[in-house]
Amino acid sequence: MTACAILGSGNIGTDLMYKVLRSGELDLRALIGIDPDSEGLDRARKLGVAVSSQGLQWLIDNADQVDLLFDATSAGVHRSHAPTYERLGIVAIDLTPAKIGPPVVPGVNLRDHVHAPNVNLITCGGQATTPVVAAVSRVARVPYAEIVSTVASDSAGPGTRANIDEFTRTTSACLEEVGGAGIGKAIMILNPSDPPIMMRNTVYCGLKAGFDSVQITESIMKTVEEVRAYVPGYRLKGRPLFEEGPFATPGGIVDTRVVVLLEVSGAADFLPEYAGNLDIMTAAAVRVGEAIGAAREGRKS
Amino acid sequence: MTAAFRLTDSTLRDGSHAISHQFTVEQVRAVVRGLDRAGVRVIEVAHGDGLGGSSFNYGFSQVDEMELVRAAVDESENARIAVLLLPGIGIKDDLVRAADVGASVARIATHSTEADISNQHIVLAKDLGMEAVGFLMLSHMVSPTALLEQAKRMESYGADAVYVVDSAGAMTERDTMERISVLKSGLECGVGLHAHNNLSLAVANSLAAIGEGIDQVDGCLIGLGAGAGNCPSEILVAACDRAGYETGIGLTELLDVATDVVRPLSPHQGVIDRDGLMLGYAGVYGSFLLHAKRAAEVYGVACDDILLELGSRRVVGGQEDMIIDVALELSNERGARDANN
Repeated sequence: MTACAILGSGNIGTDLMYKVLRSGELDLRALIGIDPDSEGLDRARKLGVAVSSQGLQWLIDNADQVDLLFDATSAGVHRSHAPTYERLGIVAIDLTPAKIGPPVVPGVNLRDHVHAPNVNLITCGGQATTPVVAAVSRVARVPYAEIVSTVASDSAGPGTRANIDEFTRTTSACLEEVGGAGIGKAIMILNPSDPPIMMRNTVYCGLKAGFDSVQITESIMKTVEEVRAYVPGYRLKGRPLFEEGPFATPGGIVDTRVVVLLEVSGAADFLPEYAGNLDIMTAAAVRVGEAIGAAREGRKS
Repeated sequence: MTAAFRLTDSTLRDGSHAISHQFTVEQVRAVVRGLDRAGVRVIEVAHGDGLGGSSFNYGFSQVDEMELVRAAVDESENARIAVLLLPGIGIKDDLVRAADVGASVARIATHSTEADISNQHIVLAKDLGMEAVGFLMLSHMVSPTALLEQAKRMESYGADAVYVVDSAGAMTERDTMERISVLKSGLECGVGLHAHNNLSLAVANSLAAIGEGIDQVDGCLIGLGAGAGNCPSEILVAACDRAGYETGIGLTELLDVATDVVRPLSPHQGVIDRDGLMLGYAGVYGSFLLHAKRAAEVYGVACDDILLELGSRRVVGGQEDMIIDVALELSNERGARDANN
């Protein structure tokens, strides 16, 4: 068991608590917030989880108890805390857009970064779509990939809204750095429908002549199953579609594009089922935490 | 005499939808030259879905939009060049580049309930010394008071004007006047209207808005634009002349550029066909039209079935990917029905 704590008792931190408690490999020592009256801390108390409203100070005082910290605060807070985590020898799994450590997507590049002192989980759109782009680029050349991530307005908090540019830029970069696309572009849409819509993602990959559509389809289907292992609500809305072009992409003219339609529903631990965008972040965080813990202890995850 | 309102011509932005974003530098120069000569003071140039819109989802531009903006700035003697940006599609860097090549009006568009995602872009536009205009898309989907609340947010970020945008061409004259009058009385900043013609009401709605004392109105030559098209600039100017509203724009010069330069690009523009009408009727974002027509062909389903289903799902601007989703579902449903028969 790897000893861990969660910093941040908002939506993400609280949802994450439920998932960490279900993990057989992580031992949750505390949920740490800054507001003693927050709903997250209240829920933790009822579940018998130790709580603190001392923020970073709790971590400094209890550094010997914790190997791994899930940071669900904000980019600014994470940036200012990160040197302290490192000094205390605590590995940080960053759920904010601070991007100090390498971007990590389970099933794609997690194995490369299990010994990093700080890893970043990019964005919900990045977690939902990068595995598919990587699945295609493993078996074909992808000069250009594009994703459209649509989430319910209610599930996008004030931080996301105020920083929508960072979301688009970070996700675009991840499609290239982790997904293996020559050029990546991300689009984010907020939909205010009531009842709220499930998180939707569409992945388009440009394909040069000579690709093998059977191989690409198999690679995508396999990857979707791998993601479903940690995000059960992740599903394809039909088989991948191959549409004929030509398309004049920024990565050059391609003859065909493969279109993958994805839907993500959440486990409804703390956030409602439609908030698959938040769920995929917390579910990925647990997966990353388990793998880093196993690597530290020399176990196989 | 001063003009009753300011006309922004969007032939080179909204019109881009109608020709699948294939504008060339020569076409942009010819349109700008004609509009400038006619006395139009603001001309919008960008991909139909705004800066950064060139994509699989919305269609790739033939010419990089920054080249088109640069050409428009160079060609124009008096008119200012505007650009559109949808946060989530375009990014701040795009706006900086547009300002660098000489664009001086930034129109920042969000869905009519999501004004808070325009904060950083409106602030940036003002920092760049641009005029900032907020653009509330699919304004028909919310009540006038809810729209005012969103418009006030844009005003608080620094917008010089906020637009009621009838992206689906779904608003009647009453819908328009209610929204314009509520915004006019509740805002300190200017108010604008961007109309579409899917229910053949674009000119009528614009005139109604001018009667309410609106500050800015959008038009496109021959109505070139998404869906069944926009408010045709030359018809609006003609109607204003008849109604006694001063525009400061020469009708003959406007008709020259509309007829000689823009009409050849789209000979059937202005016809409200079955699918165009259905957009207004179902309240669906106008730029979905050509994508829906293509998907209907690829997946062997009826275009108006796609549009009605998109309307019932209440999709918003930018969700063009849902067209494939709906077409595929309709095609699967039909396959299942055929198998049962």
